[in-house]
Amino acid sequence: MSRFAVNFVVGQIYNQIIMLKFPIYLDHNATTPCDPRVVEAMIPYFTNSFGNAASRNHPFGWQAEEAVDYAREQVAKLIGADPKEIIFTSGATEADNLAIKGVFEMYASKGNHIISCNIEHKAVLDTCKHIEKEGGEVTYLKVNPDGLIDMKELEAAIKPTTILIAIMYANNEIGTVMPMKEISALAKKKGILVFSDATQAVGKIPVDVNKDGIDLMAFTAHKMYGPKGVGALYVRRKNPRVKVTAQMDGGGHERGMRSGTLNVPGIVGFGKACEICMNEMEEETKRISALRDKLETALMKTEEAYINGSTQHRLPHVTNISFKYVEGEGLLMGFNKDIAVSSGSACTSASLEPSYVLKALGLGDDLAHSSLRFGLGRFTTEDQIDYTVEAVTKTVNKLREMSPLWEMYKEGIDMNSIEWAHH
Amino acid sequence: MAYSDKVIDHYQNPKNVGTLDKSKQNVGTGLVGAPECGDVMRLQIEVDDNGLIKDAKFKTFGCGSAIASSSLATEWLKGKTVDEAVKIDNMEIVEELHLPPVKIHCSVLAEDAIKAAVNDYRKKNGLQELKFEESVVH
Repeated sequence: MSRFAVNFVVGQIYNQIIMLKFPIYLDHNATTPCDPRVVEAMIPYFTNSFGNAASRNHPFGWQAEEAVDYAREQVAKLIGADPKEIIFTSGATEADNLAIKGVFEMYASKGNHIISCNIEHKAVLDTCKHIEKEGGEVTYLKVNPDGLIDMKELEAAIKPTTILIAIMYANNEIGTVMPMKEISALAKKKGILVFSDATQAVGKIPVDVNKDGIDLMAFTAHKMYGPKGVGALYVRRKNPRVKVTAQMDGGGHERGMRSGTLNVPGIVGFGKACEICMNEMEEETKRISALRDKLETALMKTEEAYINGSTQHRLPHVTNISFKYVEGEGLLMGFNKDIAVSSGSACTSASLEPSYVLKALGLGDDLAHSSLRFGLGRFTTEDQIDYTVEAVTKTVNKLREMSPLWEMYKEGIDMNSIEWAHH
Repeated sequence: MAYSDKVIDHYQNPKNVGTLDKSKQNVGTGLVGAPECGDVMRLQIEVDDNGLIKDAKFKTFGCGSAIASSSLATEWLKGKTVDEAVKIDNMEIVEELHLPPVKIHCSVLAEDAIKAAVNDYRKKNGLQELKFEESVVH
């Protein structure tokens, strides 16, 4: 593709992101748009520089390898790691699987016990369930109403057979940030490895594997304005040197830990996305957290609205709010043509169960059903926030006028005194 | 999941939202569902001397399909006799609103609300409460 054509395509994408005000995207914990600079960096690796990074004998391969090496440095730098400690994967789910299963198999002679917690992402929880089927033992720590684990409970859960503590850096639904430094300090004392699913945290807040004492860490490009389908597992090489058993057989790529031809354009995009986050995080965090606070303050003026999870230990771009006496999906329907957010309501999931994360905080099912998650991002503007405040408030009020529960609340009827027909 | 136009229309312009005076002898009130389950429907009928439903009101805590199901139910109830009302089948609501399988329980809830309202009316007026078979989907 000619340089002109590349510029044209990138310009088009940029225009769409900047100019298009509707629908408003406030679901950045689900995924983020690619930054146009990321797309620009990727494009040559689809066409002219299409080589296989494992082809050692010609310039096509060399070029691809060089691009991957550079991206590996960019990725490593963002998390304070050595480039050799980065294993590229297809995303965070694969990295979670590789870390947990890989450690369980590699360190089988040391023990079979893993400690995790009950608000982890399904990619971790379901992998832990798999481990249990394979004869492993998993302790799932409960979180407090703030969404944080209790260090005393963690310490009490440690056994002589504990080989891994797997605690997420930040939660995907409520954005709460776990005390990673304290967790790793305790783990280090006991000689236990620490794995963290940092999918939501990397690129949003400063994450440093050495300062945080993390031995293995999963993260992914598409949550930080990079492409989908590429992620990484950080695997510590020094103090201690950590190894994981590969979960796929094949050509022995990524130091034997993850076989499969490298997704060169994706990796290049991942690297660029990391570099941008590295350079712009500080400024971006200021801007986005100010918008988040504005949104939250305005929405909390609504009667009977509750913030879910800690507001002190929290990512700068997220807020999760329950609007009591209205149901989340019904609420979304009032504005989801214009505004994309997500809900912990059962009706938005296939299982008809409300969010297990919100329930783990001790929320009643009714409040869990009434929650909305707002995730702001790089391209969120103040007028979008103003519009959102108005639309959400209007819909909450409208639905409350329609809600028998709101009427009972207003009449002072104790809802616990009613015999509900559970269906 | 995309909603049908009819669900969206009922959601945006719900018919018969409100409250009837439940202390009146000719008003029957049905309250079904539970807050923990994510939907609660309150459906009320006001019956005239000839046994005809002259007014129906609802309030619903729930998703768009639950709101639409109850809104539609109140529309259908008006002008029917109390005996005709209990013959409304949830599958008629499903068909009218084009509810997907995952939302069938919303229509069941509306059917249950109608039956509960009718029984409340019967009880108030010294009539024996009707017994219904368990609804299919819970």
